[in-house]
Amino acid sequence: MAAADTDRRRIRGGVGEAVPHDSAHLHVAGEATYTDDIIEPRGLLHLAVGMSSKAHARVRRLDLDAVRASPGVVDVMTAADIPGENNCGPVVHDDPILAPGLVEYAGQALFAVAARTYEQARRAARLAVVEYEELEAVLDPLTALAKGSFVLPSETLARGDSRAAIDAAPRRLAGRTRVGGQDHFYLEGQVAMAVPREGGDLYVHSSTQHPGEVQLLVARAIGREAKDVVVECRRMGGGFGGKESQPALIACIAALMAQRSGLPCKLRLDRDDDMLMTGKRHDFVIDYEVGFDDTGRIEGIEFMFAARCGMSADLSGAINDRTMFHCDNAYYLPNVTIVSHRCKTNTVSNTAFRGFGGPQGMYAIEYVIDEIARTLGRDPLDVRRRNFYGTGERDVTPYLQKLEDNVLDEIVDELATTADYAARREEIRLYNASSPVLKRGIALTPVKFGISFTATHLNQAGALVNVYTDGTVHLNHGGTEMGQGLFTKVAQVVAEELSIDLDRIKITASDTSKVPNASATAASAGSDLNGKAAQAAARKIRKRLVRFAARHFGVARDDVRFERNRLRVNGQLIPWEELVRLAWFNRVALSATGYYRTPRINYDRKTFSGRPFFYFAYGAAVSEVIVDTLTGEHRLLRVDILHDCGASLNPAIDLGQVEGGFVQGAGWLTSEELCWSERGELTTHAPSTYKIPTSSDLAPDFRVRMLESGRNREKTIYRSKAVGEPPLMLALSVFHAIRDALSDGRGRPALHAPATPEAVLLAATGGGHD
Amino acid sequence: MKGIAVSTTVNGDAVEFVCDARETLLDVLRNHLGLTGAKEGCGTGDCGACSVLLDGQLVCSCLVLGAEVEGREIETVEGMADGDRLHPLQKRFLEHAALQCGVCTPGFLVAAKALLERNSNPSESEIRYALAGNLCRCTGYDKIVHAVHAAAGDLRRQQKARKKRKAAG
Ligand code: FES
Ligand code: FES
Repeated sequence: MAAADTDRRRIRGGVGEAVPHDSAHLHVAGEATYTDDIIEPRGLLHLAVGMSSKAHARVRRLDLDAVRASPGVVDVMTAADIPGENNCGPVVHDDPILAPGLVEYAGQALFAVAARTYEQARRAARLAVVEYEELEAVLDPLTALAKGSFVLPSETLARGDSRAAIDAAPRRLAGRTRVGGQDHFYLEGQVAMAVPREGGDLYVHSSTQHPGEVQLLVARAIGREAKDVVVECRRMGGGFGGKESQPALIACIAALMAQRSGLPCKLRLDRDDDMLMTGKRHDFVIDYEVGFDDTGRIEGIEFMFAARCGMSADLSGAINDRTMFHCDNAYYLPNVTIVSHRCKTNTVSNTAFRGFGGPQGMYAIEYVIDEIARTLGRDPLDVRRRNFYGTGERDVTPYLQKLEDNVLDEIVDELATTADYAARREEIRLYNASSPVLKRGIALTPVKFGISFTATHLNQAGALVNVYTDGTVHLNHGGTEMGQGLFTKVAQVVAEELSIDLDRIKITASDTSKVPNASATAASAGSDLNGKAAQAAARKIRKRLVRFAARHFGVARDDVRFERNRLRVNGQLIPWEELVRLAWFNRVALSATGYYRTPRINYDRKTFSGRPFFYFAYGAAVSEVIVDTLTGEHRLLRVDILHDCGASLNPAIDLGQVEGGFVQGAGWLTSEELCWSERGELTTHAPSTYKIPTSSDLAPDFRVRMLESGRNREKTIYRSKAVGEPPLMLALSVFHAIRDALSDGRGRPALHAPATPEAVLLAATGGGHD
Repeated sequence: MKGIAVSTTVNGDAVEFVCDARETLLDVLRNHLGLTGAKEGCGTGDCGACSVLLDGQLVCSCLVLGAEVEGREIETVEGMADGDRLHPLQKRFLEHAALQCGVCTPGFLVAAKALLERNSNPSESEIRYALAGNLCRCTGYDKIVHAVHAAAGDLRRQQKARKKRKAAG
């Protein structure tokens, strides 16, 4: 009885409840409206983009007569037609919307066509006659490095004396590894629709993680101001960082054409065009030198990172900073030098992707640790543990932030036990001893991931909460929904704060006219920032209601208590909607904005020191694989994950992030391979040639758990932890399980990422150590 | 360009439309019939986001021409629920949190329906292989597989109950 009673008192859909994604009922009905599903306004023009076929060239002649004459074509536009600034670069203004005579990658936008139908626009875009004067193209990071071709200056982070420590160490290793890039392959491609409003204003529907930036860049491109442009995004069909800076290009083209024609214009990229035109995860060449003792403990280490940034800076500065901040992963590096080169290449400008450079840094150190273990003939897990950050000692990162929330040992110990690591390793050894062709391998890898934007000023957020006189609530904040469940989680916070059932709250589209100047929904910080901002707004309203009720009913504020969907004032019960109506009648403001900025962070970019991260998210995974050494094919047999989500706001959503992140990471490291021709053309630009994981690649035995004791030490929203990016890196365990299988207890396999069957076969047949 | 007049059945309703010879069934559904549940993920038959049933057969609607569907029967995600009553697959997708961004969801639901009509009691591994033509970039698939597995059980139970009622009545 008592339990049922409390249940009835508890609101439905509060914090910590595994409620379904707020749009799930629309998703399953096929009724969720994505940008391309919005009912098309009268007179809509469809756009297509004409792309450069050369990686680096001057455009000698651009003859668009045939394009103009093509059926259905209404207008054609080039760089010369842009009234404002020809730039869609988010930080450095080096990213033209339409190439102004110089093309710097194959796939770069040269001109845009507007036509009556999508098909007509796309057909016309292929009819341009372009004469190029080809220039020398830099197509890989090492060539760029040799030529000194960079998008931004190189950076160095050094602590202690790595050179001396390496020289003095009993053992040393040096080598080079590579890690591939990754296409986002959000299932919904890039799309924007710009609709003219009165007085030359524009309303832009954009599939974007960063409406505020699209707003500014569109305004500048059309020669207007922020106040003249509204950008809205209800939901994206996946983002993963690929819709952080990239949508600006798409929206700017749609906006420019809408301004020229006075008609609504929609640009939706076809999958191939999307993959050719938009940036990806950076691939890296990584050199390392490490000194360690006979137990594998690292005494000194040096890294050189050369990242393929592509033709412009985009977000490469912050991304490569994060690489530098994560090449320690879970390990204490007493003497360390990290050199980071941001290489300029004549390929598409690489961009944010879940983990934002962190995964590549972690790949580097995990690779080195694995090499150390195999050199010493020790279990890599022992060497990992040997190097873990400590508590109270060995707890300072290379950027001088002290680790205050270290749960590495707790997580790894628990996972090693529940996953039966030791027994399985022994069983695998026996299996491999009698199996000459099929080899099994196992690996446990940890994740420590810093939470906050490394650019401190971005760690702020706003929200707007309106309560209507019937007691229903309108919620808006600067975050965007890309499937990660942010809108649901923030609504749960507001339900909790107002003590009303979740279904009374309407979650509304991100909209630059409701909450201005919002940071991108990125850095895993969506719930942390927007949850807190919405909480602040809801609390303002709650406070006003309490104050009002106390006055109105003549009681002390302490005698006013919120219960589920009602207020208890002394003995009297007032239903929520009644309370709201009363408050309105007595002229209490029922709308509030909320604001939040992350506390405790401060960091000096010049010295790479301070506290860039509010806290860390932790996790670990054990993967077991089987490899066919005659074909290079491999399968995942079993995966065990233990991840720290803090006190989860919504366990169903958070588990989804962990699982999805892991599988996406496994794709990055084992099946997704970007290839370019020797002329710099991307040859893997469709799912037929670019292989993201499918359901048949899934481990038949997949056990995912959240750390039960999880609770954020910092005062985050209800003590939860960010969960968007960290799980991706759990997939390093898959890569290392494959290495383990190939090594079979002997030697260091020459296997780098992605470990495609081809790469595995080469390594298995002694492709030689790099 | 001359339009082609086509009469067909969509989700049980007789439908007529005029389309261009080059338009795909996906274009027709989305642009002429206002059924935007099916999505274009690739346009080349490689992602399954555009999955629909054509005379009960699972097809990628991006690979079928609109003009081809004359006199045939099309089922889309929009026709899965029975009024307000969700199909067991839809219910289980909700319950198992088998979706995130939701763009792949309509395709998965239709493909899973086709699977369960062929095989009412698939193993998890049969489900995984049967759905390998549908890409999802968000979920990692595990929850989708479990949802389909659970829905298969629901459907079998429904069928049994129906048979019993028939026998009794
Ligand atoms: S859009 Fe038809 S299979 Fe991808
Ligand atoms: S839920 Fe986003 S692609 Fe499947």
